[in-house]
Amino acid sequence: MMCIAGAAVLPDDRADLFWSSYKGGGMDITGESVLVRKKFSEKFAVEANYFVDKVSGASVDVLSQASVIKDERKQKTLSVDYIHDKTQYNLSYTNSTERDYISNTTHFSLSQDMFGDLTTVTLGFTDSRNKVGENNGTASKPVISWLGHATSRSYEGGLSQIITKNLIAGATVEVITDQGLLSNPYRSIRYLVDPSINPLGYALGSQVYPNTHTSTAVEARAKYYLPYRAAASVSYRYFSDTWGIRANTIELGYIQPFSNKWIFEGRVRHYSQNSATFYSDLFPFANSQNFEARDQNLAASTNNTIDGKVTWAFAPEGFLIFKRATLSADVSRIQFKYKDFRNIRDFNVTPADGGYRPGAEPLYAFDAMVYQVYISMFF
Amino acid sequence: MRKSALAVIGAGLLLGACSIQPWVKPYERDRLADPIMSWDRDAISGAYFDHIYESREGSRGATGTAGGGCGCN
Repeated sequence: MMCIAGAAVLPDDRADLFWSSYKGGGMDITGESVLVRKKFSEKFAVEANYFVDKVSGASVDVLSQASVIKDERKQKTLSVDYIHDKTQYNLSYTNSTERDYISNTTHFSLSQDMFGDLTTVTLGFTDSRNKVGENNGTASKPVISWLGHATSRSYEGGLSQIITKNLIAGATVEVITDQGLLSNPYRSIRYLVDPSINPLGYALGSQVYPNTHTSTAVEARAKYYLPYRAAASVSYRYFSDTWGIRANTIELGYIQPFSNKWIFEGRVRHYSQNSATFYSDLFPFANSQNFEARDQNLAASTNNTIDGKVTWAFAPEGFLIFKRATLSADVSRIQFKYKDFRNIRDFNVTPADGGYRPGAEPLYAFDAMVYQVYISMFF
Repeated sequence: MRKSALAVIGAGLLLGACSIQPWVKPYERDRLADPIMSWDRDAISGAYFDHIYESREGSRGATGTAGGGCGCN
């Protein structure tokens, strides 16, 4: 994680209790998390985080072929920071477990302050090993078939630069390479068939993905301290990968404290991408090309986020062993729109009965609401 | 000729970098040290948003967080 440029200093000790809810696109996800971060000296700190996501429902393309899903993801992270002179080292290990997906991630990074501590350069490496399965049973009686493995390696370089006494800027480049089973087993392609075979006029089949994938993302950002006590930020990210996806993300943020008790924040984010070269909503026939996908993540799409957050310091001067304690509430709305992914769930009526012809269904769109509430205690 | 010119420019840049004086002095960094200037004030919340976006978009990376899970459903 990138830190503010300056002499290497470990952040304050803190403990967080976090609750979240995501509702949208047929999915209902609640999350609970606890994080504890503790310095054992001015040079050495340990952080532990536990996160549980409970999923019920399923996204539209899964629902078009399967029953409602219930699942739970448990993620455990242990992270160690060590500072030597002007260099900060970080080593972390994350295990994420779902019934049908197990992921183990190791991350190492080092940050070096230079040029009078105006500049911080960060280099990072992440190795992730994943086991991919599929539930062929039901939500309450799962039958997991393990289908294969996927590995991922990430190389990251970052720069954080103090420009003036009010302005800080940064840039990050990350290259990620994947290998193995990269498709989502719950999603299917669809292709045209004669209505005598299926009255809907289409059939579903297995996705076929390349077994390698490399992506590059570059992000630039800046944050400015306004003449009164407030800050405005902007960031832009460009993404491209070997599957033909190009994406742009732009984000604007504003943060406004009032006294030492309240902080109000607002954020807007716009995202757009084109589709992968082997993506199609409707293939002309089965096995019409080497690689075939109909995963909505690979479709051409846009999404817009509007986010508001308020932080209340209910113990601004601290209590017991705590120096300060805050309660935060965050509400976000994300609107997703797809340009070449059609909604086949709600219109599952044959053309003969007045339904849509294959490929003429409405384009899919949905709104998601994200709520977060958390208590942070600094000690 | 071109190589030696590049070598001279490169050496100049390196020596220049060694002698860079901080144009924002340490005592002028109180505003930058204000928590409102942090890139990522609340790590759990930031990582959660990254997971939401990564599970629903084709792109990933350069956000400064590492995580796991397939976000399959």
